[in-house]
Amino acid sequence: MNSLTSDLSLGGHATNIGLATTSNNFLYASAVVLLLAMLAFAADLAGHPGRAERAAARREDATEQAAAAGGDGGGTALLERTAAPAAEVPPEKRQWAGIGMSLSWLGALLLGACVVLRAVSVGRPPLGNMYEFSIVGSFFVITAYLIWSLRRDVRSLGIFVVGPTLLTEMLAALVFYTAASQLMPSLKNYWLTIHVTVAILSVAFFTIAFSTTILYFVQKWREDIGDTKYKFMDAVPDSATMDRTTYGLLIIAFPLWTFTLIAGAIWAQIAWGHYWSWDPKEVWTLVIWVVYAAYLHARATAGWSGKKAAYISIAGFVCVLFNFTVVNMFIVGMHSYSGM
Amino acid sequence: MATAPARAKPRAGDVRQPRLGPLGWGRWVWRNLTSMRTALFLLLLLAVAAVPGSVFPQRNIDAGKVTRYLAAHRGSGPWMDRLGFFDVYASPWFSAIYLLLFISLIGCILPRTRVHLRALTSRPPKPPRRLDRLPAHTHIVTAVSAEQALGAARQALRGRPGRLGKSRGRFRVHGHDPATLSAESGYLRETGNLAFHIGLCLVIVGVAIGHLWSWRADVIVPEGSGFSTALGSLDTFSAGPLVNPADLPSFNLNVTKMNVTFEDKVGGSQFGKPRKFLADTTVDTGTGRPHPAQIAVNSPLRIGDAEVFLLGNGYAPVLTVRDAKGAVVYQDATPFLPQDGNYLSTGVVKVTTAAPQELGLDGLFLPTADQNFTRGPTSLFPGLRNPVLVASVWTGNLFPGNAPQSVYTLDTSQMKRLTKPGGAPLLIRLAPGQTVQLPDGRGSISFDRTVRWAGLSVRHTPGKTLTLLAALAAAAGLITSLLVKRRRVFIRVTPDPSAGDKPGAVVTIGALAKGTDPTLTAVVHELADHIARLTSQAPPDRRPR
Repeated sequence: MNSLTSDLSLGGHATNIGLATTSNNFLYASAVVLLLAMLAFAADLAGHPGRAERAAARREDATEQAAAAGGDGGGTALLERTAAPAAEVPPEKRQWAGIGMSLSWLGALLLGACVVLRAVSVGRPPLGNMYEFSIVGSFFVITAYLIWSLRRDVRSLGIFVVGPTLLTEMLAALVFYTAASQLMPSLKNYWLTIHVTVAILSVAFFTIAFSTTILYFVQKWREDIGDTKYKFMDAVPDSATMDRTTYGLLIIAFPLWTFTLIAGAIWAQIAWGHYWSWDPKEVWTLVIWVVYAAYLHARATAGWSGKKAAYISIAGFVCVLFNFTVVNMFIVGMHSYSGM
Repeated sequence: MATAPARAKPRAGDVRQPRLGPLGWGRWVWRNLTSMRTALFLLLLLAVAAVPGSVFPQRNIDAGKVTRYLAAHRGSGPWMDRLGFFDVYASPWFSAIYLLLFISLIGCILPRTRVHLRALTSRPPKPPRRLDRLPAHTHIVTAVSAEQALGAARQALRGRPGRLGKSRGRFRVHGHDPATLSAESGYLRETGNLAFHIGLCLVIVGVAIGHLWSWRADVIVPEGSGFSTALGSLDTFSAGPLVNPADLPSFNLNVTKMNVTFEDKVGGSQFGKPRKFLADTTVDTGTGRPHPAQIAVNSPLRIGDAEVFLLGNGYAPVLTVRDAKGAVVYQDATPFLPQDGNYLSTGVVKVTTAAPQELGLDGLFLPTADQNFTRGPTSLFPGLRNPVLVASVWTGNLFPGNAPQSVYTLDTSQMKRLTKPGGAPLLIRLAPGQTVQLPDGRGSISFDRTVRWAGLSVRHTPGKTLTLLAALAAAAGLITSLLVKRRRVFIRVTPDPSAGDKPGAVVTIGALAKGTDPTLTAVVHELADHIARLTSQAPPDRRPR
């Protein structure tokens, strides 16, 4: 474990240390902004209970105003009274959610700058060690969420996506940090960009799907016991929606993971002389693939959807985490590139 | 049986189970093995069974580590060995799981292919009686005759896919009777699904071909020397059961220079990490005229069927051993094997021609030695900055019983360690260019210089193209099967009873999909709008329920 700057004093031939330090500062900035975004999303969730009542009250006000305005018109007023309702009342302005979204965009931009500067400072794609994997991965997670937010109203899910992103950023800065430097020969290949980028992208989708699975369990539990205590969670869609969302995310992640495996095998054939050598990382990549394949089969088989399938997807993400942390740091294999 | 009388206790004779003959049992086993539930169970079991192989050392990866593990765990080790925990991926239980999965896969593919081929050549089925019981349905009222409405519906179904319909594909339309239309789309979904499963089977076939016909040879070559595949100068050779060693390509390969650089600019954990491995070689494929070639990590050299990979490197100190009269009895570069990231290397020199007795050196090579040996012999950097050779010297019989032994270990069972005049064990310590005189007129040892060696692996892996193509086909099939939606749409046209004398028809649309399809309702509404546009210019009077 290294502190952020102590290693950087030696200078490097192809490594621009000044840029690397700036990149680190962008990471800090992004973490602070995303922390604020999380707080804003939390405030939005906290304001959810009573939102329905407030909307109803405003609808009443609006209807009364309309009635008052059209009062002289006699017969038409009655008509308007029945035709005017909900559509006329704009939904409540969720100021905190808006602030959260804006801060998320800012945090993503800062994180993007961190990734780009790191890449420029080392003159290669920033995919060489766990630290770089983490910053690119968290960038993909937040970007995927922001793109999603352009198409759907997913503001209520903000805290559950920004939270893991922030956690990854902090782990990257405090635990995984590796000084900016060049790559070892086995990594110097264009397959690094293909294999690792696809891997990070699929891990990003696995992560969001894990969040939605947890939300599925929470909502399912609340529906089963008829919960009224945690009303703020009404802002999050119901368990059936979370179940569908998880499935939608995993059918994107699974083919990507398949390509991670294939690209890794092609590269292994070039670098190690054989496409499959039962290296621990290969084994765990296969295990993850098999578990998520089981998830898809469970969904296709009657009687295994819902909770049982959700358990499998949780198991899959536990494997993803294990693969990224324990296998990288404690199990010796040919994939020992953690840089730690 | 509705009239079963109340019974006290079932006697043995009462319970009559159907008897299963051998065929029946076979069918029962096949049914259960090929069921989705079993496949799911086997998949999860495969995931669990693969884990021990990543936790415990494996013989196929690092046999030495297995030996060390067995030495450290004398109680549980042998039992784990018997159960195959050190050869997980060749163990009977792991093989059993994937073979059962393979059979289950075939048992899933065969009937589904038959069903799918039949579906591809047959018409969509007849519509159900109640279309409003289907998961997605709507109806519209048109101001045209029933025949015209049916024509419009047919046109809408056959028309270009709309905005939502990008993944819906073209409908295959058939009218079983004059008042209805049946349509089906998304046959590609099942085609893709079958391609995925067949692709997986072919991947396994490709891996099996590789297992049976592949071979590999590993060799360590110091700079300035070489090896030949024909002369059997290979260190290790392993081949699949169906390989004929006579079919190996024959060539000579010499390593002229091994270029290596290590990180020395950045500190921390990256300091000393390798940055470049490149071997300059000359290859003679039997023409008598060697041509130069480079082999680097990630850039193997292809010679005929074989590929030569650069997989390792290290140092080979060049030593000269002279007898008491000063005549050279040994002069060679001896490869030492790196033991850590800073290339602290161990090696052995065996001098069979030494007099009066055979001579053996058991040594450590330190490319950048710590000057004072403050923490024992350690290397501080993998590059050659302060090379030092440290060795103990043994005399006696190098090959007791003439048994075969590794070139990297010294069997000292019939040897005696040389001592200093005081009786303490002799440890020689040499820098390049230095010579040490051995006691008792046994001659001298000179450390001339250090060369690097290249660890080369010559390999031939057939079936890898098949494996790759099958894997890509499986991936393409997977994406197709996840994106394409299989949908059935049924349309029924009935005369509008409220139209009176004017022409009027009610068009009812119902649809169902295979698996989850959140856009099904939208597709139905899109069709309804299309039919409405075709039957009149007025906005449609759509009633969703």
